[in-house]
Amino acid sequence: MMRRAVLLYLGLFVLVLAVGLVMGAPFTVRLLVEAMAYALIALGLNIQWGYGGLFNFGVMGFIMIGGFAVTSMSMPLNMSFWQSDGPLMLGKVALAGLFGAGLVLGANRLERIGAGPRLKRTAQVLAWIVAYIVYRSQIDPAAAYIEKQAGWVGGLGLPVFVGWIFGGLLAAYVAFIVGRISLGLRTDYLAIATIGISEIIRALIKNMDWLTRGTLTVSPVPWPVPLPQAYQAWGVENSTSFVYARAGYLALIALVVVAALFLVQRAYSGPWGRMMRSIRDNHIAAEAMGKNVKARQLEIFIFGSVLIGIGGALMTSFAQIFDPGGYQPINHTFIVWVMVIVGGAGNNFGALFGGMFIYVVWVLSEPVSQALFHVLSQWTLAFGWGAIPDIESRSLQMRVFVLGLVITLALRFAPRGLIPEVIRRHS
Amino acid sequence: MLIEMQKVVAGYGGAPILHGVDIAIEERDIGVIVGPNGAGKSTTLKAIFGLLKVTEGIINFEGRPITNTLPDRLVPMGLGFVPQEKNVFTSMTVNENLEMGAFIRQDDISATLDYVYEMFPPLREKRRQNAGELSGGQRQMVAMGRALMSKPRLLLLDEPSAGLSPRYVGEIFEQIVKVNASGVGVLMVEQNAKQALGLASKGFVLANGQNLFTGSGRQLLDDPEVAKSFLGGQG
Amino acid sequence: MNEFIFFINNVLISGLILGSIYALGAIGVTLIFGILRFAHFAHGDMMTMGAFIAFLLALGASALGIHGPLPNGFLVLPLAMVITAGVALGIDRAFYAPLRARGAKPVTLLIASIGVTLMIQGLIRLFFGVGTRSFFESEPKHLIRIPVPLDGVTRTINFTEPQVLMLIVTVIAVLVLHLFLTRSRLGKAMRAMADNPDLAQLSGINTALVVRVTWIIAGALASMAGTMLALDVTLKPDLAFNIVLPIFAAAIVGGLGQSYGAIAGGFLVGFAETMAVFNWAVLLRPFKSVLPDWIPNDLSIVPTEYKLTVAFVILVIVLLVRPTGIFKGAST
Repeated sequence: MMRRAVLLYLGLFVLVLAVGLVMGAPFTVRLLVEAMAYALIALGLNIQWGYGGLFNFGVMGFIMIGGFAVTSMSMPLNMSFWQSDGPLMLGKVALAGLFGAGLVLGANRLERIGAGPRLKRTAQVLAWIVAYIVYRSQIDPAAAYIEKQAGWVGGLGLPVFVGWIFGGLLAAYVAFIVGRISLGLRTDYLAIATIGISEIIRALIKNMDWLTRGTLTVSPVPWPVPLPQAYQAWGVENSTSFVYARAGYLALIALVVVAALFLVQRAYSGPWGRMMRSIRDNHIAAEAMGKNVKARQLEIFIFGSVLIGIGGALMTSFAQIFDPGGYQPINHTFIVWVMVIVGGAGNNFGALFGGMFIYVVWVLSEPVSQALFHVLSQWTLAFGWGAIPDIESRSLQMRVFVLGLVITLALRFAPRGLIPEVIRRHS
Repeated sequence: MLIEMQKVVAGYGGAPILHGVDIAIEERDIGVIVGPNGAGKSTTLKAIFGLLKVTEGIINFEGRPITNTLPDRLVPMGLGFVPQEKNVFTSMTVNENLEMGAFIRQDDISATLDYVYEMFPPLREKRRQNAGELSGGQRQMVAMGRALMSKPRLLLLDEPSAGLSPRYVGEIFEQIVKVNASGVGVLMVEQNAKQALGLASKGFVLANGQNLFTGSGRQLLDDPEVAKSFLGGQG
Repeated sequence: MNEFIFFINNVLISGLILGSIYALGAIGVTLIFGILRFAHFAHGDMMTMGAFIAFLLALGASALGIHGPLPNGFLVLPLAMVITAGVALGIDRAFYAPLRARGAKPVTLLIASIGVTLMIQGLIRLFFGVGTRSFFESEPKHLIRIPVPLDGVTRTINFTEPQVLMLIVTVIAVLVLHLFLTRSRLGKAMRAMADNPDLAQLSGINTALVVRVTWIIAGALASMAGTMLALDVTLKPDLAFNIVLPIFAAAIVGGLGQSYGAIAGGFLVGFAETMAVFNWAVLLRPFKSVLPDWIPNDLSIVPTEYKLTVAFVILVIVLLVRPTGIFKGAST
């Protein structure tokens, strides 16, 4: 197993080198950075699925949360917002939110004053309705005002690292809520519920222009290391500056990934990991033994989401643009699932490998199919049928097809992944 | 020979549960398999009906080998199986349950339907009710009726009296005898050893996946060895 | 009165149409879940594929100069349904059946169906590009306006010819399905398999045949739903991706495995969506003089952009409060 892992990683290294030779260094370094971000995300999903057996199909939502978090933290302050009535109105919104939360919590505790279940149910429904109305009454004018006056609330001007950490924290918080609601459901229900929740998150982030600028996008999101422009100012030639700058980012991201890997491996081989696996393999028996399955599953869910959130933040910082419209379930949820399944669920090295390998395949499908289409086009021209139109956009779509094909083949021929989980048998 | 098992070794995939079992009955027989828990009684029936893997030995039905044949091929061949649990379609009416039993038949099934309703009169008035709403005894009737609709020549029953009140147990056994009298071979597994052996023309006592005693029901009931080793606890 | 007609057009009629589409899709999903025991995520793309097949056939019909009394999209619908059913069978044979034979878990099949959905999506986009197309490029879409003979009414009740045909076709399809499931032996065998697959096998029911029939029905209904949706709006590759989740919501709300539940769920979700984005303040306009000033101009429950989230919110609520759905289907 170790040999296979080493060989596969070596193969990946050779592949990357080949790409570098064909496509050039700046492209390849960028590819590596993005691949590592995905690898981190795959690691997070591996914790949820590989260790916990939790079917999180809302990966995209958490990636977006990470991106939003780092944008909000690291973009500079928007003075036109702070100087307007915006903060005041948001304060009122917060009050409305607290009021509403208080109502709902109060209704939830109604049995303390002796209310019957019927009354409590009506009170709960009423509380939600009133809370919603009150909240909308404050947020609608506030949102409209902010968008008109200042465009959006802007960032907090904090260092990028803070943004990354906040990405993890916010993802953890959302995971807590999502997990509390949906972890009791059976696997395929959980999948559907998480997809639904992720779509709700996407709709919210995309449409709350006052908070995120929505489809107007936010850029440029700052970098933690010197930008290519900085290197150019020091006299470095154009394309090399990109290589240096991106290499700097790559070094940073590699550090993060290695740290995460180290943490997860330690947890996995320790008693916590053993307990998690026992729950995953037979949660009924685990429950019978007195383990609090729900709490442990929530822990796993949160832990995995933190990594996914940080990965999302890393991606957004690197791309320097936060575009809510650019997130697609195919590109951000399904692809991560393919990474984990093909790489090897339950094995961290497998997940990392899968993350990088699948991302490279995904990105390469486009230029490769473009080349193929051009060749085909010569052919059809020769036959008098005319050239193939729209080669660029069609090549882009080939990526989707290739992804689907890879997952199907993997399920057929290597259902446990390329670097599967190592099950230690105690004799 | 209607059905015979010879030295059958079978299990669910891991260690085998049957370690060489022999069973043989004719059309006119009521065969009863008894034994302590875990002896492999139900496993024997399931082995005949293709519900688990037979690794050694053969099973012949009317002279033809049926070892490891899938259940839905056995029904057209003339076998019927009444499982112990989940033996009715709970969301379908009594009549529909019976119709499903006759799925393989191309001919007019109304005569067989009448026959089943004659045999189990309470079902006739409940024919439009969902089987899931019936009492345990009535459900068992539906289960048996369903199996009879395909006009089997051999009927396998897995603990037909399980969970039934004594009144229904007597009724079910009565019907089993009637079915056998009409020309259907019966092979059943029973916990209710004394009562079942009372109607058995062939009895098989199994323990640990092997035959312990074989003989007619009467012989086994009278045999002091059998009574000592097994029937003693059943009083 | 004008406002009420606006309500009829935008809530009742829209809800009816949307509900029919969701219902047809949800029936397919629920049948597959009941018989094959997995969540068929590729159903949305099966609808899209059906719509594109119908589109090709309609184009072919126009090219051959065939113009009937109905839009070509409808004329070719039966053929499109047959072809889609065939493709559905092929997909099962190639991708799902081998996994089932190996005893794969429902989760694995769900992932496989995601692979299938990606491949179908990719192929459709590959061949047709990402643009939108219309069934009505070469022929007009007939609008039906019914004037209301009351004083001062300027609005008419509007619906399009495809919408009327759609409703008729849905009713026919549901009736045929009902008769099939309750009167025919094969239909009852399908219900039996959904109820208790082991007992069905023991009764001699040809389970492989039932599986094939399930895919045929699901494929045909998906084609119908997809084509009708495309006839109502426009045809684009991600047409049905947005529909997959409302359809699952409808199926779950109605109780997985319960066909009638799926129909009810479909209409419930459809009406919920149209009612949630409707600006109820419009209905209050005639009474403006008597009502206080602070009632805002926009009383829609959710803004229009959040239309899709309505289905998800319903889904989440149902999963939490009553996971077996209205008609008590399968659950945990």
